[in-house]
Amino acid sequence: MVSDLDLNRTNETSYKESKKDRMHPHKFTMWIAIASIIMMFAGLTSAFIVKSNKENWVTVDIPKIFWVSTAVLFLSSLVMHFAVRSFKQREMSKYQLFLALSLLLGIAFLVLQWKGFNLLWNDEHVTFKGGGAGQFLYVIFGLHLVHVLGGVVALLVIFLKRFFGRIKNYNVVPVEVMATYWYFIDFLWIYLLIFFIVIN
Amino acid sequence: MSDATLHLHPEVETSHHVHADEHDVHHHKQTFITKYIFSTDHKTIAKQFLITGMAWAVIGGLFSVLFRLQLGFPDQSFPFLEDVFGHWAKGGKISPEFYYALITMHGTILVFFVLTAGLSGTFANFLIPLQIGARDMASPFLNMLSYWFFFLSSIIMFSSLFISTGPASGGWTSYPPLSALAQASEGSKLGMDLWLVSMAFFIVSSLLGGLNYVSTILNMRTKGMSMTRMPLTMWGIFFTAILGILSFPVLLSGAVLLLFDRNLGTSFFLSDIYIAGQALPNEGGSAILFQHLFWFLGHPEVYIIILPTMGIVSEILAIYSRKPIFGYLAMVGSLFTICILSLLVWAHHMFVTGLNPFLGSVFTLLTLLIAVPSAIKVFNWLTTIWRGSIRFTPAMLFSIGFVSIFISGGLTGIFLGNSTIDIHLHDTMFNIAHFHLVMGVAAFFGMFAGIYHWFPKMFGRYMNNTIGYIHFWITLIGAYLIFWPMHYQGFAGMPRRYFDKSSWVSFNQFADLDKMITVVTIIVFATQLMFLFNFFYSIYKGRKSTVQNPWNATTLEWTTPIRPGHGNWDGEIPEVHRWPYDYSKDGRDFIPQTEPIGANESVEH
Repeated sequence: MVSDLDLNRTNETSYKESKKDRMHPHKFTMWIAIASIIMMFAGLTSAFIVKSNKENWVTVDIPKIFWVSTAVLFLSSLVMHFAVRSFKQREMSKYQLFLALSLLLGIAFLVLQWKGFNLLWNDEHVTFKGGGAGQFLYVIFGLHLVHVLGGVVALLVIFLKRFFGRIKNYNVVPVEVMATYWYFIDFLWIYLLIFFIVIN
Repeated sequence: MSDATLHLHPEVETSHHVHADEHDVHHHKQTFITKYIFSTDHKTIAKQFLITGMAWAVIGGLFSVLFRLQLGFPDQSFPFLEDVFGHWAKGGKISPEFYYALITMHGTILVFFVLTAGLSGTFANFLIPLQIGARDMASPFLNMLSYWFFFLSSIIMFSSLFISTGPASGGWTSYPPLSALAQASEGSKLGMDLWLVSMAFFIVSSLLGGLNYVSTILNMRTKGMSMTRMPLTMWGIFFTAILGILSFPVLLSGAVLLLFDRNLGTSFFLSDIYIAGQALPNEGGSAILFQHLFWFLGHPEVYIIILPTMGIVSEILAIYSRKPIFGYLAMVGSLFTICILSLLVWAHHMFVTGLNPFLGSVFTLLTLLIAVPSAIKVFNWLTTIWRGSIRFTPAMLFSIGFVSIFISGGLTGIFLGNSTIDIHLHDTMFNIAHFHLVMGVAAFFGMFAGIYHWFPKMFGRYMNNTIGYIHFWITLIGAYLIFWPMHYQGFAGMPRRYFDKSSWVSFNQFADLDKMITVVTIIVFATQLMFLFNFFYSIYKGRKSTVQNPWNATTLEWTTPIRPGHGNWDGEIPEVHRWPYDYSKDGRDFIPQTEPIGANESVEH
């Protein structure tokens, strides 16, 4: 790990020497990763569109709880925005608070999604049988959930490092990379929900 | 500047440790584990990819020898097969299930594990930081993860070879419903699940790698290294990575849906199926949907295989002809065009699966358009070596061989890309001949060229040239002997994938031809083992590299110490002042990229 730190530093200097206004490579990497994730969901949603034009297409009623989870995730992104701002203003206690709040809201989102799946399965009797909108919903929302879960884990790591780590790092890049991902899965979720409501 | 660095250090370095100590970038202690196993050094990761890829190539190549035994000698038995493979080859004859497992795994292994991970993983990791002038990748940690995801995926795929029902055997394309129903075949049982899970990890590995390649090339170039001053290897790898990032996730979504269909009872790809006299409850699925999802990756995948080698070959042809590459921007433009077009032609694999004929004609047009950038590239390669002072090293021979094979295999693509001719040629041996030449053998030639050329940079020693020449000539002649006759078989309608064609009168006539192909396959395979011997022997016992720049090349990797440590350059990263192809210019053999433009230079780049 020492080697990584050393190397990152030299990497950073060389990068600063040559391009002062360029985006940090890690941020850039995140944007490409986002493009890649978009392609996966594009694949799934186009499969959805192709199949929805076939006969015997079974639609699904989206439980209202998914609206609640939307609000929660949106709120979480908003809080994340404040967290980044406090970090930049070096108000570290505020930053920690917002980070924790964002993390909790993220976990709340996961719980709400799980509840939504349960509602669908038990009350609306949408199971894995068939290949209609309901089954796509489980796969697409499920994969989105996995991405949020990944974000929650990353947030947790950042939070714990902040809370227990001995070295206080004031580098804003990791926080911004995290926030970018967090906003992205929020946007992705809103897109997926609208997609399901419109195409369904 | 680079000369100053050079004199600070002994030109011959006998031990890596000595070197590490005088290195100002990595003065930390390294254990065996951090240096060779969980290393974040892009050069070590590249070697890990290369050696894992070689292990896979031996397995995948051996599989082709085994199924060629069946195709060449369908009525003979080979008792040693039973000794090794037990009930898979009862009485010394390969069983049909085993045959299908062999061809499926041959395709999977060669396409993904060797020519994607082994090829891109090696050369992207090794060359990007060295050729653009960076200490390491944008994220060395993600890079390490990329290898370890590949390793995990390898272990899963490898373990599937040893389960009682055998590995996946529905072809490397894994079309449902065959691949979706466990009762459809032995290979559609656990082997198929392992295949899908392994591929999922493989995709993660490939994405992590690709992210790094793109962001490193775009963000970490040294001072003066504008995009148009990059060697063509960088452009090839750059477009490869973009293709992977855009197309692999779509395969992932297909794999996830297929896993759901297999294990959780959904019907994304399944509908109205009777199997073993029993009607399945699945309804509303579409098998063709999977083909779309698969080929949206599957077609770009063949360019993911060939684009890096196009870059490697462009570089090597220029170096060993001592001439600038002909039409640098045309080369970049054609790579770009191929990259875009490759995303728009996937349905040409589906001409006979029930595609709307109008759509077919659109895809035919787009497919045939790829001939334009491909022809530009071939023209430029030929013009580059035209009247050059060619040095026929093994690397150069393999590069020239690449061009030859690429032309031979590429021309038949014009037949297959045509939706009407494809009705006759689809799934015949003609197709096998086409894609093996144009992307299989050609990519291997590019890979060999790259290994021979950069071996001194990787290990500080040279490979043996004599073995290299033998390797080249047997492989080149062998490749043509193996695949050329398959065109004739295909014209006669001989199908691929069939286990035993001897009962068809129309295909009987090729029995002797098939025997010949099998014998040559065995010889060529043995020759590759000889190459591997040369490779590993040379790592330890090869002739030592005593000069920094053995090939008199202009690019940055040859300004590093003979055995570069983690961080690549001892002092400052050199600055770049010119493009990488100033060969035979103004009466000089070559001018390194690090040399400022002189006052009286003729053309400036």
